[in-house]
Amino acid sequence: MGRYVVRRLLQMIPVFIGATLLIFLMVNVMGDPIAGLCGERQCDPATAARLEQEFGLDEPVWQQYLTYMGNVFTGDFGTAFNGQEVTELMATAFPVTIRLTLIAILFEIVIGVTLGVVTGLRRGSPVDTGVLLLTLVVISVPTFVTGLLLQLLLGVKWGWIRPSVSSEAPFDELILPGLVLASVSLAYVTRLTRTSIAENRRSDYVRTAVAKGLPRHRVVVRHLLRNSLIPVVTFIGADIGFLMGGAIVTERIFNIHGVGYQLYQGILRQNTQTVVGFVTVLVLVFLVANLIVDLLYAVLDPRIRYA
Amino acid sequence: MTTLTKTEGEKAPTGPDSFLSVRDLRVRFSTEDGIVKAVDGLSFDVERGKTLGIVGESGSGKSVTNLTVLGLHNPKSTTVEGEILLEGRDLVTAPEKELEKLRGNKVAMIFQDPLTALSPYYTVGRQIAEPYMKHTGASKKEARARAIEMLTKVGIPQPESRVDDYPHQFSGGMRQRAMIAMALVCDPDLLIADEPTTALDVTVQAQILDLLKDLQQEFGTGIIFITHDLGVISDMADDLLVMYSGRAVERGSVREVLRQPKHPYTWGLLSSMPRLGADVSQALNPIPGSPPSLLNPPSGCPFHPRCAFTGEVPGDRCSTERPSLGEGRAAACHLTAEQKQSIFIDTIQPRLR
Repeated sequence: MGRYVVRRLLQMIPVFIGATLLIFLMVNVMGDPIAGLCGERQCDPATAARLEQEFGLDEPVWQQYLTYMGNVFTGDFGTAFNGQEVTELMATAFPVTIRLTLIAILFEIVIGVTLGVVTGLRRGSPVDTGVLLLTLVVISVPTFVTGLLLQLLLGVKWGWIRPSVSSEAPFDELILPGLVLASVSLAYVTRLTRTSIAENRRSDYVRTAVAKGLPRHRVVVRHLLRNSLIPVVTFIGADIGFLMGGAIVTERIFNIHGVGYQLYQGILRQNTQTVVGFVTVLVLVFLVANLIVDLLYAVLDPRIRYA
Repeated sequence: MTTLTKTEGEKAPTGPDSFLSVRDLRVRFSTEDGIVKAVDGLSFDVERGKTLGIVGESGSGKSVTNLTVLGLHNPKSTTVEGEILLEGRDLVTAPEKELEKLRGNKVAMIFQDPLTALSPYYTVGRQIAEPYMKHTGASKKEARARAIEMLTKVGIPQPESRVDDYPHQFSGGMRQRAMIAMALVCDPDLLIADEPTTALDVTVQAQILDLLKDLQQEFGTGIIFITHDLGVISDMADDLLVMYSGRAVERGSVREVLRQPKHPYTWGLLSSMPRLGADVSQALNPIPGSPPSLLNPPSGCPFHPRCAFTGEVPGDRCSTERPSLGEGRAAACHLTAEQKQSIFIDTIQPRLR
């Protein structure tokens, strides 16, 4: 197990370098970092040249990348458009997004898996058809529609919640944004669990469990669900990365100052440092989440042993 | 229909030792293509300490019958009629809670394929201990000790360490032993063994059969032994039931049925079996045709389309009238006793040499 983890961690290095290089090139080659610094107006050539020299932008791109990565490893992610350190931005943005992701994942696990088990056990029943239809609707309606609609109804019309989240973003204010963020994945988790449960339900070991005289809830939870969870775990693991970085729409709707919001600002103002910095961290999150999923396999399924 | 079934069940002689008696059992599945009559009017008895063998082709209703005894059929698509009396209690109408208490406790089952029938994610010891804890209320520690005891009994070497192994770490024979240990953990009065040795090679098969016989002698367990291997059944069973197309076609003691078979289907089964001492050049005699569809079984005797002796029966009785199976030693066939005797001696016996 230990050797496997070390090998996986070593494999992460080329992936990490490749991913950061790609995003660095894309932002540097396609965008114009100086243009962003001058705001709306056109930069005058003299200032542009001075700024280019100041930021080392006149050097070749590979040298810029090396300098940047060198700085990253000493914990210096550069400065954002407003003069703030990118690390400072991260320190405020990531806790908010992590809270939001936690809530979303919790919704996915609790609601998604429960609905999946219920529908999987009663395939073809009205409950099953209803839930399937609902998941189809949720999957096909874009997040910004569900988000804006719920914000309008719950926040503005009925006043049950605050329509926008305060800058501290405590857990209770993030419940609705979390649900909106989770909605699509939740629908997928429901469908995945349903299929997996329905497939394993007729399997021999479930019949054995019944033949042993175990009560129904024990058969379902201990034997059926445990065996059906592997595809769901894979999905949720991969989803952590998406939820952390892909919350741009949800964070915009509810005015949450998290990772998605900062990334959006960075892209809007063509700020290389912010975008590359955040994406670098997100790449790491993806890699670690994938490693954890692979290790979870071994915990869930004793037949998988890593050497 | 139900009242008729009931009176028949009451009339049927249930001996004092008869532990399980099945009376006029009918099992139907509703499928997309129509209604499958998986079991059609089956009756049999199992005594304590005795073994009933059930043989028949694939799809003859052997397994379905026994899944129904434990109530393991899918309740949504299956209708069960008739009676399954366990010590006088009817299991067909029994509530799920009551069945739960019986399963794994009084009645246990050994399944055909031990690799898929054991849960891959729990240790063998835990799976053996599970029903013991449920039915006796034993603690985890006691149940573990019991699991080790059972593994010793079924001949697993180093049971103290193997008890924590997962099924995939066991060989095929060991898995089947673990399966048997799991079935016997609560000392059941009735053991249903559904082709327990089909997946095993002959040496392991012999060990498993010996084991079952030893355990039967020790605990006085009644066994229903389902197989399509007549060699195994001659070794294991006291009584024999031959099934075809969801019905019993011949019944008797193993010796009687195998030595003096009285049904053309049993003749076919016996002649299609290779013999060790037989001449190599002698061809086997398979039964022509294939098992009938249970969606619309043939009229009259279900075996008549494949039977070589329908010509001996006057008129078209074979295709119109369903032969009944009498009590005790019996065969469901329209041939007269004399005809059977002469056909068996003239045609069948030479093939069996």
